[in-house]
Formats: sequence, C-alpha cells, structure tokens
Amino acid sequence: MEHTIPLHYFLIVSALMFFTGVAGFIIRRNLITILMSVELMLNAVNINFVAFNRFLYPDQMQGHFFALFIVAIAAAEAAVAIALIINIYRKFNSIEVDHVDEMKY
Amino acid sequence: MSLQQIMFTLFAAMIMVFSILTITSRRILRAATFLLFVLISTAGLYFWLNYEFLAGVQIALYAGGIVVIIIFSILLTHHINHKFEKPGLGNLIAGIGVGVLGAAISISTLLTYNFSAKPTTPMVNDVKAIGNQLVSTGHNGYALPFEVISILLLAALIGAIIVAKKQDTVSETESK
Repeated sequence: MEHTIPLHYFLIVSALMFFTGVAGFIIRRNLITILMSVELMLNAVNINFVAFNRFLYPDQMQGHFFALFIVAIAAAEAAVAIALIINIYRKFNSIEVDHVDEMKY
Repeated sequence: MSLQQIMFTLFAAMIMVFSILTITSRRILRAATFLLFVLISTAGLYFWLNYEFLAGVQIALYAGGIVVIIIFSILLTHHINHKFEKPGLGNLIAGIGVGVLGAAISISTLLTYNFSAKPTTPMVNDVKAIGNQLVSTGHNGYALPFEVISILLLAALIGAIIVAKKQDTVSETESK
C-alpha cells in the first residue's frame, strides 16, 4: 500500500503546510489568527512524525505516540491561549498585537 | 492511477489550498472554517496511512475541540462580519519571503536525501495494542509521557480558568 506513494510526497505536503503557518504567523497581526498559524505548524509536524513512523519504522509506534502527545499539548496550549486572549480583550478591547503594548496593568 | 493515489492527491490538494486560504482569508470566521478543513484532510491522510485511532483522535480533539474553542473565542472577541485590515507591506514581504525561502530550502534538501527503510514486519496497530503500549512501563511503553501529559493538561486547564475568570472579587478584597 505504501509503495503507491513515496515518503517524499508526505514530507513535501507537510513542509508546505509548515511554511504556510510560518508565513501566516509573520503576516497576520491578530492573536487568534496567529494561534491558528501555530496549529497549522503543529499539524505539519504531526504529519511528518506519522509518515516517518509508517514508512521507515513500521515495527514500532514512536511517531504515532509522539503525534498523539502533540495533539494533547496543542489542546492544552489552545485552552491557555484562549483564556489569555479573552483576558487581553477585556483589558484592551482589541486583540490586534499592535494595540496590546503593555503587559502590566 | 490507483484509488489510493487519487485519495492521497485529493487530501494533499485540500491541505495545500485550505492552509493557504486560512492565512489569506480576511474574514476571521472563514479562516477558522478553512483551518477545520485542513485538520479534517490531515485526518484523511492518517486514515490513508492506516492509523485509524490517530485519525479519530485528530477529528475528535482538533476538529471537534480546538476549532470549536477558536470559533468561540472569535465570537467573543469580534463582530461576526469583522474584516481584517490589509497587512503592512513589510510584513507581507517578510512573511512570503520567509515562507517561500524556507519551503524551497527544506524541499530541495529532502528531495536529495535518500530515505532507506529496513525491511521489517509492520506492527499491529489496533486500539488494543495502542492502549497496552500507552500505559505499559516495559519495552515500548509510554506510561511516563502519558502521566506527564495528564498533569500538563490539568495544570493548563486550571491555569486557563484562573486567567480567564473575572478578577473583581480580588480587587474588592484588596480594597477592604
């Protein structure tokens, strides 16, 4: 089954997805969009882990578990980020990074 | 072209198109929806690789959990028809430049590298085997990261609640 598509194709897809996330991280000035770019990057890394696991080491499941833990950490990170974003919105009435210029209040 | 190739091409094309739309869409709610499509296509790739459990986790946690949290926070902090201002030219050039350069360098590098797989017998990866490995402490056991992740999740969620709750009560007790 794996012989129909070489490993490189997966890596190209995930590299493009990762650098889309990087570009979004730099271009966008909104905290929630930045968070979505980070999710894109994490997802690209997950694809890499899973593809390496399946194609190069199918006798173990390390990549699979790493991807699983990354998903869990992404969930924790999203929860904390959303809490911070909502708190910032209460203080500044905006979540554009240019308007949020003090950390202490 | 076999069915597997067609499915891979479909998922890969969906990931490309929707991840670019995610960062270029000027309506934030649409951007979140495109992110949802990206995550579901990724789950499709996991199904393609025969990791059904991981694909299920991807759909349930990412598509069902994280995207819903993101959409909630968008609705709490934005007007529903909110449109972004156009990004500054400097940001645009820097972002596209870093993205294109980085993608070109990493793709050209990985195309020249020859990955060689050992001929091994693939492992059974049904849910039972995954569950056994996740809580076993022996060879190929992942009990320690499992516990670390559970403590991290607990700490992160308590922290999130503390950060997000209104802090009027604190200032009242301080003023007394």
